[in-house]
Amino acid sequence: MSTQTTPPPAMHKALPPGHYGFLDLLRSEWTKIRTVRSTMWTIGVTVVLGIGIGALVSALTRSHWSSMNLGQRLSFDPSATSLIGILFAQFAVGILGVLVISAEYSTGTIRATFSAAPNRSRVFAAKIVVFGLLSLIVAEFTSFVAFFLGQFLLSSPATHATLSSPGAFRAVFGGGLFVCALGLVAMGLGTIIRHTAGAISAFVGILLVLPILTAALPSQLSQDVRKFMPDRIGVDMLTTKSQDFGAFSPWVGLLIVAIYAVVLLFIGASMLERRDA
Amino acid sequence: MIEAKGLTKHYGDKRAVEQLSFTVRPGVVTGFLGPNGSGKSTTMRMIMGLDMPTAGDVTVKGTHFKNLQWPLREVGALLEAKAIHPGRSARAHLTMLAQTNHLPSDRVDELLELVGLTSVANKRAGKFSLGMGQRLGIAAALLGDPEILLFDEPVNGLDPDGIRWVRNLLKGLAREGRTVFVSSHLMSEMALTADEVVIIGRGKLISQTSIGDLLSQSTENFVRVRSPEAAKLKAALEEQGAVVALEDDGSLSVRGANEVAIGELAAKLPVVLHELAPQSASLEEAFMELTEDSIEYHGSTSSTGPINSTGAKS
Repeated sequence: MSTQTTPPPAMHKALPPGHYGFLDLLRSEWTKIRTVRSTMWTIGVTVVLGIGIGALVSALTRSHWSSMNLGQRLSFDPSATSLIGILFAQFAVGILGVLVISAEYSTGTIRATFSAAPNRSRVFAAKIVVFGLLSLIVAEFTSFVAFFLGQFLLSSPATHATLSSPGAFRAVFGGGLFVCALGLVAMGLGTIIRHTAGAISAFVGILLVLPILTAALPSQLSQDVRKFMPDRIGVDMLTTKSQDFGAFSPWVGLLIVAIYAVVLLFIGASMLERRDA
Repeated sequence: MIEAKGLTKHYGDKRAVEQLSFTVRPGVVTGFLGPNGSGKSTTMRMIMGLDMPTAGDVTVKGTHFKNLQWPLREVGALLEAKAIHPGRSARAHLTMLAQTNHLPSDRVDELLELVGLTSVANKRAGKFSLGMGQRLGIAAALLGDPEILLFDEPVNGLDPDGIRWVRNLLKGLAREGRTVFVSSHLMSEMALTADEVVIIGRGKLISQTSIGDLLSQSTENFVRVRSPEAAKLKAALEEQGAVVALEDDGSLSVRGANEVAIGELAAKLPVVLHELAPQSASLEEAFMELTEDSIEYHGSTSSTGPINSTGAKS
């Protein structure tokens, strides 16, 4: 028996003043996101697809230019062509958005996190800031490099654009913002669904399956619904010629996707707060 | 200090924890004992604010865990082995935890050294054995040098050397005046580590007691007596109010009278004694006795099929 004969020495642990703060949580979330391979993989795929596909299509267009007729040449959109890879890269950013939260659940890390920082909303806010900034930087980098490389490959005789061409800067910069917003939509889905495969399926379904389903609606209704869909908004953001009939303007479209992200993240945060971790 | 009052947790129809009240004091190791599935882990998660109680309340340092200013520096917990991203290194895992509470990075290295993981600190934790995962979890619990510590089955997966290390660690932490709350389904392990025990079964409190009291309360404590005049002694003891059973080997098992009383009675009668031996139950038996009715999942010890009608319980 370990009977206590002397009283235990008093603990003289002076806690620092104040409490754990948002900056501490930002640093922690940054450490988390940069110390797993899935981050490097998804960012790598984002950059490679985003830049590579645009470059490939641009180079092919250049080599086929002489066989294109006048109509094709006039409707050719050099900005959109160089940025076409963004529409593939968006899936990789979405997967990272899902993983930053769903992987915490699947691995149990979420319980270690909340045991160190039980203010769940504050942790979640730090996570949103870190992922949001990282995805924004990666998406803008990808978008700008894709544009410049694409325009370089679309050298004469093919028409090419500069950032001052009508709509070009909006397509490039807005394309990056759109991918970041879509990543936050995915993060919201990941928070609500919590399972990686389920959330990725939902994300891919919204971009690929939902458009097919709405095609089955009566044409007027279908058109009204279609313009709210992120895939359509993304394409319109990248397009600088022949704007879709009945679509929102690119910036309004971006605002709509941003609202989706905010609503999903808000629902996710309130579920995170209420549910058992 | 950890205080639970009427703590209750239901998952749908399942009552994981029911009206549980107990206190965990500083300066001693308090064991949290119960069969598998009795609600120990659920209770620990509620202490840490991870699961919300259906009813009742639990506080640490007089407040809810989520109200602590520096949670990691105030309460440390090992809740499950390998609650870590398999792709993240031990160092990265501890670093991200340390950063939440503004702890210096030196502290991470200190803890890696303490638990003996320095050499594998940069390896992916997915490659860790259960024992290494357990050590990493202990490092995480100790990271903020907290005053209150919770360990859920800390010796699981450890080798004998590791088990002894954890045992000494827990005792040392309690000796420093900390509050140490350790769950286990193994009474024998707690007997070596804990000073006090909180025993639960099917989510309900069975007993909160010291290890010593647990032993003396047990009805498995009896005195074995052998005598050539067993029948005469038995009658006399029963007259005094003791409960006496005549065993197959001719000895008497006496409950309700200690060896002193029995010896004096024998001298008075007089009856010759050949043996007078107090038998104390092992802690394992005392624990089994307490939790007998509250074990969720019984393993059958009978052969398959209804060979006898008395059932499986041996």
